[in-house]
Amino acid sequence: MNFTMEIIITRRPTILDPEGKAVEHALHELGLGNIANVRIGKHVKLIVTADDEEQARAIVEEACRKLLANPVMDDYTITRATGS
Amino acid sequence: MAPVRFGIVVFPGSNCDHDAYYAVKHVLGADAVFLWHRDTTLRGVDVVILPGGFSYGDYLRCGAIARFSPIMKEVVRFAKAGGFVMGICNGFQILCESGLLPGSLLRNASLRFVCRMVHIRTERAGTAFTRLLAQGQVLTMPVAHGEGNYYTDASTLAGLEAKGQVLFRYSTLDGQVTPGANPNGSLRNIAGVMNEEGNVFGLMPHPERAMEHIIGSVDGAMIFRSVLEAVTQRAPSAVSKE
Repeated sequence: MNFTMEIIITRRPTILDPEGKAVEHALHELGLGNIANVRIGKHVKLIVTADDEEQARAIVEEACRKLLANPVMDDYTITRATGS
Repeated sequence: MAPVRFGIVVFPGSNCDHDAYYAVKHVLGADAVFLWHRDTTLRGVDVVILPGGFSYGDYLRCGAIARFSPIMKEVVRFAKAGGFVMGICNGFQILCESGLLPGSLLRNASLRFVCRMVHIRTERAGTAFTRLLAQGQVLTMPVAHGEGNYYTDASTLAGLEAKGQVLFRYSTLDGQVTPGANPNGSLRNIAGVMNEEGNVFGLMPHPERAMEHIIGSVDGAMIFRSVLEAVTQRAPSAVSKE
């Protein structure tokens, strides 16, 4: 079976995200002062062939650990795309 | 005795490879060879240099893909056997991604690419990479990077400091380590770190661009000459060659 999986990779919360800060500042300049804690990350979408969703998740987990995320600085979440 | 041979790894997107080659071959007078990223032999080199640039377009994260090049398997094996490896700028990022050095390099705190001369203070003299330097000696050389903000978790940082693995910090010309002297937001102004074993070293500044008076500084040559001397003084069989 093919599973479409989505991964969101962000800097760990303890790490300053200067890009997020800069965007937050720009949003405030636009008058959107009620927005806070902007964090910018990466979105990866991929198709994985597996017997079931559990196995698909395990494969993506390995991909995150080995390449897609850097454990020193990144957190990641894995979800199955809706409708896949 | 055969001349000391430096190997400069060339990844797609490396752009300081020729500078490094020129530095060791024409300024130091050592032997130098280029090692293509798909090579599977280090051709008997004594020192491996991972040069600056934008390997694989810096896609995903700086150094994240270069780490999986065929040549990196050999570089890791060489390093684990005690061979000298030096990573400059993108090369430092690759060493961190490959796990040969602790920590990682984040986006500069300013969000800007920083390209200018900086001063770095020698935090530990007497290592393979600093043996010709004096404790506290300030060197001047350029930085040119967008992701040079050294980061690691608190316990790793404490270990680095305790074991004397921080070799250089950004400082003023007179050796003051200040926030103003820090070009990228690095933790504790860290500019370069060494592994615990003392044979792998990475730094963000470019010593290979500070080799001759005509381009503004010769301070970078002290680092290259240090490692050259370290190789010549080491027992010949210390690192097994292929």
